[in-house]
Amino acid sequence: MTVTDSAPAPEAQPVPRLVEQFEHGLDAPICLTWELTYACNLACVHCLSSSGKRDPRELSTQQCKDIIDELERMQVFYVNIGGGEPTVRPDFWELVDYATAHHVGVKFSTNGVRITAEVAARLAASDYVDVQISLDGATAEVNDAVRGQGSFAMAVRALENLAEAGFKDAKISVVVTRHNVDQLDEFASLAARYGATLRITRLRPSGRGADVWDDLHPTPQQQRQLYDWLVAKGDGVLTGDSFFHLSGLGAPGALAGLNLCGAGRVVCLIDPVGDVYACPFAIHDRFLAGNVVSDGGFDNVWKNAPLFRELREPQSAGACGSCGHYDSCRGGCMAAKFFTGLPLDGPDPECVEGWGVPALEKERVKPKPSGDHSRGAKQGPIPLKLLTTPPARLCNESPV
Amino acid sequence: MTFDPDVSWRLHHQVAVRPEPFGALLYHFGTRKLSFLKNRTIVEVINSLGEHPDARSACRAAGIDDAQQGPYLHALGVLVQSKMLVTGDDS
Repeated sequence: MTVTDSAPAPEAQPVPRLVEQFEHGLDAPICLTWELTYACNLACVHCLSSSGKRDPRELSTQQCKDIIDELERMQVFYVNIGGGEPTVRPDFWELVDYATAHHVGVKFSTNGVRITAEVAARLAASDYVDVQISLDGATAEVNDAVRGQGSFAMAVRALENLAEAGFKDAKISVVVTRHNVDQLDEFASLAARYGATLRITRLRPSGRGADVWDDLHPTPQQQRQLYDWLVAKGDGVLTGDSFFHLSGLGAPGALAGLNLCGAGRVVCLIDPVGDVYACPFAIHDRFLAGNVVSDGGFDNVWKNAPLFRELREPQSAGACGSCGHYDSCRGGCMAAKFFTGLPLDGPDPECVEGWGVPALEKERVKPKPSGDHSRGAKQGPIPLKLLTTPPARLCNESPV
Repeated sequence: MTFDPDVSWRLHHQVAVRPEPFGALLYHFGTRKLSFLKNRTIVEVINSLGEHPDARSACRAAGIDDAQQGPYLHALGVLVQSKMLVTGDDS
């Protein structure tokens, strides 16, 4: 979803800057992610939600429709639906139709498994549905190493079906890793080939991502390369504002977007069982605000959850207070710090000043996941982990 | 489309307006684009466009006299560019 800051009218009455307003939170989120199921046909190594198996407590069709009614009342214009693989829910299309009929636009993320020619034709007929196909390599080799055997072919087939059906402007969603950062131009050509828009986002150490982040996240040199690419060629490329931690690498404003952590302020996540988390990258008890069923509905959780109220208070710059870049990066991503075991009021693990590197080398305890829906038997390739430095403690070495 | 402040304008039928303390959020369901209106006066102008024969009179009715209209007309022009606004006779 593109944010165009397009109406810079004069300030008739003194109004705080937009970013400050956002930091104090809005009455309803601007960007809401809703994961409909933990079930997934794939087992990507970096899955943010550790998806695989359906959770028996997942919301019923009626409970989902009640949430949509609430979103309509709150004027949440659109939801980003994901999972797991949301299209494997038997009521998926029913819920999409219900949402669009109730003025809640839908963008859904899929690995393409159900985007047949028929489905593509149906999607092309609606103005209110946007499709985002996940792809983490511009070649099968790079993609399938992360997302599993055959997943590249599946995604490309979905893109072909959408293009043939006349679906305009699908999104290709790429998580930038150490192995695909050199393929950004190829991703852009791939998007152009299918009349799609490229969207690239940051690899987070959330969910199963915690296990692979050390090996997959771009190196400091690659972060620079990524930043330069975005500044030079990022026009028309979506990022979901996810690289704001890099904005200190150049002039303020060179990187498009609000450059703000929106967690609990303008962004949040509803998970398949109705739990509300501060952001899609923070599925953990520490960032659990409440539940739409047991805590009186989404509106109540959004407005009154103690966690969200706390996040809307001014945040301490902590160890970053004296850094000249603080105004542009605001200390980086809360979830990235939390899941790598770094203090929340210190530098981001990918801090452009390099403060993340020594912080990561120190003794740190990564938080235990508070939920995991992975299937026991992994379908994807199991990444071979070779340590380049001896583990600080024996327990730090994965026994797998 | 170019913006002519002397003809009538209105919100595209696929655009929704959500009031906010700072002004409003505008969302276009067709283009899937979001815009921010950064003060309440411009929100008043946008919401009343359809009741006026042209954009200038909508501004005047919101208390913006002709000498101060420049930035507001510019903002309306930007919204025309992003298809949030269409001419009054456009169905």
